[in-house]
Amino acid sequence: MSEYAHLYVEAAKLTLGLGAAGILFSLIIGLVCSLVQYYKIPVLKRIVSVYIELSRNTPLLVQLFFLYFGLPKIGIMISSEGCAVIGLSFLGGSYMAEAFRSGLEAIENSQMESGLAIGLSHAQVMRYIIFPQALSISVPALCANVIFLIKETSVFSAVALADLMYVAKDLIGLYYQTDEALLMLVIAYLILLLPISLAAAWLERRLRYAGFGN
Amino acid sequence: MEKNEKLLEIHHLRKDYGNGPVLKDVSLDVHKGEVLVLIGPSGCGKSTFLRCMNGLESIQSGEILLDGQVISGDKTKWSEVRQKIGMVFQSYELFPHMTVIDNVLLGPLKVQKRNRQEAEEEAKKLLERVGLLDKKDVYPRQLSGGQKQRVAIVRALIMKPEIMLFDEVTAALDPEMVREVLDVMLELAKGGSTMVIVTHEMQFARAVADQVVFLDGGEIVEMDAPEAFFNCPKTKRAQKFLNTFTFESKDE
Repeated sequence: MSEYAHLYVEAAKLTLGLGAAGILFSLIIGLVCSLVQYYKIPVLKRIVSVYIELSRNTPLLVQLFFLYFGLPKIGIMISSEGCAVIGLSFLGGSYMAEAFRSGLEAIENSQMESGLAIGLSHAQVMRYIIFPQALSISVPALCANVIFLIKETSVFSAVALADLMYVAKDLIGLYYQTDEALLMLVIAYLILLLPISLAAAWLERRLRYAGFGN
Repeated sequence: MEKNEKLLEIHHLRKDYGNGPVLKDVSLDVHKGEVLVLIGPSGCGKSTFLRCMNGLESIQSGEILLDGQVISGDKTKWSEVRQKIGMVFQSYELFPHMTVIDNVLLGPLKVQKRNRQEAEEEAKKLLERVGLLDKKDVYPRQLSGGQKQRVAIVRALIMKPEIMLFDEVTAALDPEMVREVLDVMLELAKGGSTMVIVTHEMQFARAVADQVVFLDGGEIVEMDAPEAFFNCPKTKRAQKFLNTFTFESKDE
C-alpha cells in the first residue's frame, strides 16, 4: 500500500491548496460582513444576515452540487477547483463573520469613547484600540473555523477533485484494500490537522497570557 | 493669570434622549484657572452635561464655545477640540492591550504626531508626578483601581489640555484608593488647571472647588462658592440634597 503514498501526498497538496484559498477568502468575506453588522449599515446589513443564514444552514455538499451541476444549466460553467474554493468561501465566510463579530461586540463602547476623548479619529480608535482587542477575542473561534473548513474539504471529491477522500475511494475501488486505504486517509488528515490544532492551541494560550487578557 | 477669561461657555443647552429632557436650558461659563464642581442627585444630568462638553453626547439645542469658538456645530473638528478638553472616566477606560506608557503615549504620538523621545520624556515625568513611574511597563490589569485612574489622568494631561473634565473618577474606587486620586486632582487645581469635576465626594468638593454647581432635574438650581453653598444653601432642593449626606454620615 505504501507505494501509493505519493498519491496521498499529491491529494494532500490539493486539499491544502484549495483549503488555504477558501480560508483566505472566508476571512475576507467574514471581516467585511462583520463590519457591515458592526456598523449596522442599512440594506447591506439585511443582505449579510440572509447570506449568513443561507450559508450556515445548507451543507457544503449541497452548495457544491449547486455550483457544479446546477449553474451550468443556466450557462455558468465553473471548474472543479473554482467550485471548491467558492463553495468553501461561501460556507466559511459566515462562520468567520460570526467569529469576528463576537470579538467586536465584546469591546465596550466606552473604549471607543475614551479613545475619542484623547482626540483620536474614529478610524484610529478602530485601528489602535478596538481591532487589536477584538481580534484577540476572536482568535479561538477563528482557529476552530480553520480546522472545521479543512475538514470540510473532504467533500471536494464530489465535484471530481482528486483530494484525499477521492484517492482513498479510488484505491478501495481498484484494489479492495479498504482497511489500508482508510487508515492512510485518517493518517493523512491527522498529519494535516494536528499541527494546525497545536498551533491554534499555542496561539490561544499566548493571547490569553499576553498580559492583558481579562 | 486672568481669572475672568472665559474658556468654556455653554449657552441654553438642551439634551434629550427621546423621553423627556435630561438637560433643559443649562447655561454655564468656565473661566480660565477655575475649578467647577458639579454635584447633584444621581440622574440629575451632571454626567451627561459633562459629556456634552467634549461632544461625546450630541445636544438638541444651545451652543458650546471653547475659546470663543463654537464647538457644538456640525462642522466641529472634534479631534482638535478634544485635545484641548481632556476627560477622565469613572471606569478608567485604559486600553487593556497596551502597557501603561503606551496608553499614555497613544495620544501624543498618533494624534499630535509628536516626537517619540520627547513625548516619552514627558510621559515619564508625568508618571513620576503621580508616583507611577515604576509601573510604566506593566499592563493595566496589574494595577489597582487608584493606580489605573492616576494613569488615566496622566493620559489626559499629556495632551496639554486647556481644561480637564472628571466624571465621577473616584466612584468605582475602594475608599482607601479614593484619596490618592483626589490628591492628584487637588495638586492640579493648585497648579492653576481649569477643571470641571463631577463628584459625590462632598469634602473634596469643598476643598477643591472655586464654584459649586448644584444640578437637579436637568437644570442648574444653585451655584455658589463652596463655603457659602455648603454652609447655607439657598434653595430648598440643595438643602434637601445636602441633608441626605449629613444624615448618612451620622448614621454610619
